[in-house]
Amino acid sequence: MSNFPIIFLILAAVVLVFGFGVVIQARRKKPTPVIAPAPKKVVAPEPVVEVVEAAPVVEVVVEKKRSFKNVLAGAVSSVLGRGEINDTSWDDLEEALLRADVGVKVAQALLEPLRARVKAKEISTPAELITALQNDMASRLVGTNRELNFDTTIDGPNIWLMVGVNGAGKTTSLGKISAQQVALGRKVLMAAGDTFRAAAGEQLQTWAERSGAEIIRGAEGSDPSSVIFDAVQAANARKFDLVLADTAGRLQNNTNLMEELRKVRRVAEKGAGTVTETLLVIDATTGQNGLSQARLFADATQVTGVVLTKLDGSSKGGIVFAIETELGIPVKLVGLGETMEDLVAFNPTEFVEALCSTT
Amino acid sequence: MFDNLSDRLGGVFKRIRGKGRLTEADVNEMLAEIRTALLEADVNIGVVRDVVERIRVQAVGSKVSEALDPGQQIIKIVNAELVAMLGGETLKISYASQPPTVVLMAGLQGSGKTTSAAKLASWFKAQGRNPLLVGADLQRPAAVEQLKVLGAQLGVPVFSAPGDPVQTAAAGLAEAKRLGRDVLIVDTAGRLAIDTEMMQQVSDISAAVKPDYTFLVIDAMTGQDAVNVAKAFDETLAISGVILSKLDGDARGGAALSVKEVIGKPIAFAATGEKLDAFEQFHPDRMASRILGMGDMLTLIEQAEKVFEKDEAEKAAAKLMEGEFTLDDFLDQLQQLKKMGNLSSMMGMLPGMPKEMKNAQISDDMVKSTEAIIRSMTPEERRKPEIINGSRRQRIALGSGTQIADVNKLVKQFSEMQKMMKRMGGGGKKGGKGGLNPFGGGGMDLAAALGSRPPSR
Repeated sequence: MSNFPIIFLILAAVVLVFGFGVVIQARRKKPTPVIAPAPKKVVAPEPVVEVVEAAPVVEVVVEKKRSFKNVLAGAVSSVLGRGEINDTSWDDLEEALLRADVGVKVAQALLEPLRARVKAKEISTPAELITALQNDMASRLVGTNRELNFDTTIDGPNIWLMVGVNGAGKTTSLGKISAQQVALGRKVLMAAGDTFRAAAGEQLQTWAERSGAEIIRGAEGSDPSSVIFDAVQAANARKFDLVLADTAGRLQNNTNLMEELRKVRRVAEKGAGTVTETLLVIDATTGQNGLSQARLFADATQVTGVVLTKLDGSSKGGIVFAIETELGIPVKLVGLGETMEDLVAFNPTEFVEALCSTT
Repeated sequence: MFDNLSDRLGGVFKRIRGKGRLTEADVNEMLAEIRTALLEADVNIGVVRDVVERIRVQAVGSKVSEALDPGQQIIKIVNAELVAMLGGETLKISYASQPPTVVLMAGLQGSGKTTSAAKLASWFKAQGRNPLLVGADLQRPAAVEQLKVLGAQLGVPVFSAPGDPVQTAAAGLAEAKRLGRDVLIVDTAGRLAIDTEMMQQVSDISAAVKPDYTFLVIDAMTGQDAVNVAKAFDETLAISGVILSKLDGDARGGAALSVKEVIGKPIAFAATGEKLDAFEQFHPDRMASRILGMGDMLTLIEQAEKVFEKDEAEKAAAKLMEGEFTLDDFLDQLQQLKKMGNLSSMMGMLPGMPKEMKNAQISDDMVKSTEAIIRSMTPEERRKPEIINGSRRQRIALGSGTQIADVNKLVKQFSEMQKMMKRMGGGGKKGGKGGLNPFGGGGMDLAAALGSRPPSR
């Protein structure tokens, strides 16, 4: 138990009790507002029956846009078109950065030094300004190792753990990673550690079949740590190279679920394997909350890399600038679509160039 | 994570306090802070610009009242503006004269459509309706399976057929009529707004089932792109409202404001937890203070109302004021409190909480050891903790599996709290009313009073 939080607990209790008492007093005269129907007791899910053959999956192959969005393009061309750097130029650039979800802090951190350089006459033309901005943006993203870490020197299997909030794309990304690792000739075992969401196991099973990996599943509602532990043991016994462990999506402010994840990370290494990669999956549509996600997941599970998913949409994923610079967690993979090949290595220079490209 | 608006404005106001009137420069400085707060809450930049302009109009020249803290004054203006923008009323669901009432769910991948569909079914069921769920997401592996499991948990039938989603949806409608279900909820695959083929498909589904309500599911964590997504879906499907998912996270949810402002459609429902009944109609007034990071007292109170025994709580509050609150009572309240769920997220909802307290991690373990300590005391010790001497302490520590120091701390803090509450007992009534008002004096004074006591370490 940590040193002093008991007082917080007491205070919280007091505040709540007090607040509640006050409310009752205040409401006494009023008729009771319509109360929502008594919360239904959620029945514990029955142990899932492991038959259900291949849910019908229609592969709708869609034409996908595979390039990064050129959000900044509009701003860049209007800045370039002006012939001189004026207040509007700065406003345009700031707005474009904010629209890309870069965040107020990062946008200021990018633009302030440039303003100073313009003042000092180091930069005088709009073209120079754009080049300098691109360079600064790219330099914020370089210097980190973006390779997925597969350690051949260890005994036992490598374990890669997927973590993230609900709906970020963990299971899908895991399926795609599996396909790529199998293609590299590695023996992959999936661990269906999302025992909470209904049919998450089935979803992963489909990906196992598609990608040529095997899978270990537990009953719905069972302890994810033990499912993953079992998978690691099985992988070791059967000489698999890699365990890809899925986990249930959870919101980072849910302390209990984050504790559960801590335990998953801990227990995964109790057996023969080593966790060599913990990948935080972040949806590119995420706004400023992405930083909170990265911070709290990193705190719980020692995140080693980010998978930025759904970048084929109209969102820009600018939050990765804050994540990389403030927390030093590199983006390793980028999801650009729904097929297996649509998960690619993150290339910061391309990312920035594409953001600013006017062509 | 982010400073809330009152923290942000605090610095500015320290300097302008005592001035009779806000100057243009003061207002500009304030507006810059408001702008940053809104942007950090993911309110769309275009919307931010408009709001800030409107607030400027109201703020320039407004008198700095002697009675009111200028910070509070401005926050009230901002809050009122946001509430007005979010729309004052919750969406009323009216049912089709020719059942079934058809509801279509649409949204990006991973926004929470399937879960929201099930939660919505649960909500309709609670309204006395008989929903049928249709799984028309034939794309994501096991999406239909997920819906079936959720349906089984709720006791709501689920229809699906392999093949073409448009036909599946149409068949679902026929099935609802055949079974005499009066609400039909159609779950669809996640799709990108820029994917023309998939947007055409959802438009075909819509044409096939002719929905009475089309809900766009938007993740509360969505950033600047939310408006583009909402615009695109609205153009294709003429949505009737938005379901804001994952609102139990720590995102400020500025997307809600942006979407409402840009497409003019209301936020109809909000999903607030992992359980299937964690789904409620949306309250714009609460969202405003959340976006500003000002806490969400009303939701907290509502949660409390669900779990606390009214009489018990009242008695406890009275005892507390009179200083007769024993460790036994404390234990009881702790049990109730635990039912409300995650303690640290509750702390976040309390307005005016000092930052250190908000950031403090309160885990179940701490609750457990606190309980263990109290449970290891004799009834007499719980009534009169002052009788706990060295050997009693040792016994309690041993019995609860904690350290003697922990026992000491608990006892000491408990007695300090008692003293404090006794002192506040008299003044409590005055501040009391304000507890309901997230910006009013009472609640904040209380929290401030509690927070201002440095915790003894």
